[in-house]
Amino acid sequence: MTEATSTEAQTKDKKPAPKRVDPNAGKNIKIVKDATCTFCGCVCDDMELTVDLDEHRITKAKKACVLGRAWFYEHTVDTRPAVLIDGKQATFKEGVDAAANILVDAKFPITYGMSDSTCESQRVTVEIMDTINGNIDTTTSVCHGPSGMAFQGVGESTATLGEVKNRADLVIYWGGNPAESHPRHFTRYAVTPKGMFIPNGKKDRTVVLVDVRRTPSTPVADIFMQIKPGKDFEVLWALRALVKGKKISYDIEKETGISREVLDDLVERMKNCQFGVLFFGMGLTMTRGRHFNSGALLSLAADLNEFTHFVAKPVRGHGNVTGADNVVSWQTGYPFGVNFNRGYPRFNPGEFTTTDVLSRGEADAAMIIASDPASNFPKAAIEHMKKIPIISLDTKDTVTSSIAKVRFAVSTYGINTGGTVYRMDDVPITLRPALESTYPGDQEVLEAIRDRVKELLSGKKARVAA
Amino acid sequence: MAETMILVPGRSQSQGTSLNEGKLKDEYKRVTSTAELNEKDMRRLKLKDGDKIKLKSDVGQTVVTCKSKKDQDLPTGMIFIPYGPPSSELMASDTAGTGMPLSKHMEVKITKVK
Repeated sequence: MTEATSTEAQTKDKKPAPKRVDPNAGKNIKIVKDATCTFCGCVCDDMELTVDLDEHRITKAKKACVLGRAWFYEHTVDTRPAVLIDGKQATFKEGVDAAANILVDAKFPITYGMSDSTCESQRVTVEIMDTINGNIDTTTSVCHGPSGMAFQGVGESTATLGEVKNRADLVIYWGGNPAESHPRHFTRYAVTPKGMFIPNGKKDRTVVLVDVRRTPSTPVADIFMQIKPGKDFEVLWALRALVKGKKISYDIEKETGISREVLDDLVERMKNCQFGVLFFGMGLTMTRGRHFNSGALLSLAADLNEFTHFVAKPVRGHGNVTGADNVVSWQTGYPFGVNFNRGYPRFNPGEFTTTDVLSRGEADAAMIIASDPASNFPKAAIEHMKKIPIISLDTKDTVTSSIAKVRFAVSTYGINTGGTVYRMDDVPITLRPALESTYPGDQEVLEAIRDRVKELLSGKKARVAA
Repeated sequence: MAETMILVPGRSQSQGTSLNEGKLKDEYKRVTSTAELNEKDMRRLKLKDGDKIKLKSDVGQTVVTCKSKKDQDLPTGMIFIPYGPPSSELMASDTAGTGMPLSKHMEVKITKVK
């Protein structure tokens, strides 16, 4: 067969390539680049969103993890009434008026939540509670509040996630399961990405995971340490002692489930790495010891700076819980659990934190923003919530919104509304909303409540003066 | 006869995706009322996947569905459940002056619901 004939034969045999069908052909769509996902504290700001403008929803979220995709696809605009008072439809103005009256009439009004709203909204919330001498607390108090207390006690050797990506060759996860709670933490920040001084990505890193059980995060780790429940403090303190050259009994294995050999090996790796990081989660803050567990880990990171560069970062759950810490700290001097009853801010976890003021039956009104304590708080707190007037601002129906006296359905930050949020490493990021909503944003509702509260209070003062 | 175990509520992927669908919807309720137990514990307690079990703490009780986990994945004597209203029923309100209730490693008594 000649070459020409062969070519003809090849051309004949070659099937025409199937026509590529553009899934968006004929649709009215918009692409939003560099959008931000605010589902978890990773706050990935490299999303590419495809918005179907006719169906008014996001149909594709490129680069989003499974949780991010659920966040973008499920937060659509729906047809629920925007405002309910006692379960009945009401106008925005009626809702604002009812909410403001509840807050002004209460002796111990509280507000809780805020971690899924923008910094701009959080600032207005602080202003409202300051104005009415109320109590302000965020979801931090049942998340990394104990770590916040530990920061105050022992300090924080810190870094951004960018520094971790570019420099960290030893990454230790303690008391968390990022594969299921923060899926892109591994791939965007800390395990697989190539960095300026980590040119080979995971091959240049050693990953250690410490947990009481095996999880989907375990296969990512080079070293897995299965610790006995409630023994984190003991292991962390033993590591501190070993780092400082002290002797630790071999009995530690019976006590904690971790052998001396494993601890010795870890200490050598920690002292000899170029840049180490300890990421820690609820396994430390939600268990016996709480702030002592976080404090032990933070102290260990600080100790290691005698040998190398070592940092420790809490892995934050919600998109803007770090923003709430920042805003409440700027405005009051304290990060959470702040009380204005005496006309000035006081901070006292256990006294002014929401679980406590509800469980002890102290709060007589509550504004709950972007959170669901009626689902996730202890029973005593939930029972008390059912007895007091609740104002709820949320994007979805929840147990809390269903028991609220005044319920505002609000639009979703990062999807419908813009603003500023803080990633878990305290880096502020600007949101790029994708589509408008018929519901107002948190900020709009809170500003209206604030203005009405101030009107009511000036009317009260005028009556008292008269 | 009731046996004492350690309950560990926590996040899971399906809890994260279902809460975006809606916390009042069936999938979230199903996910947060499914508890994982070590396969050896389940055999010993004569439990199989889908059986109902009662978990009781000092402050409350709840009935959930059980699902087995391999011995190498979940230690014996431990129960994992995606956190939500059922696990909240078992949580005491004492925060020991920290604001944080003990939300993991709660001691619970487990009995089979017939």
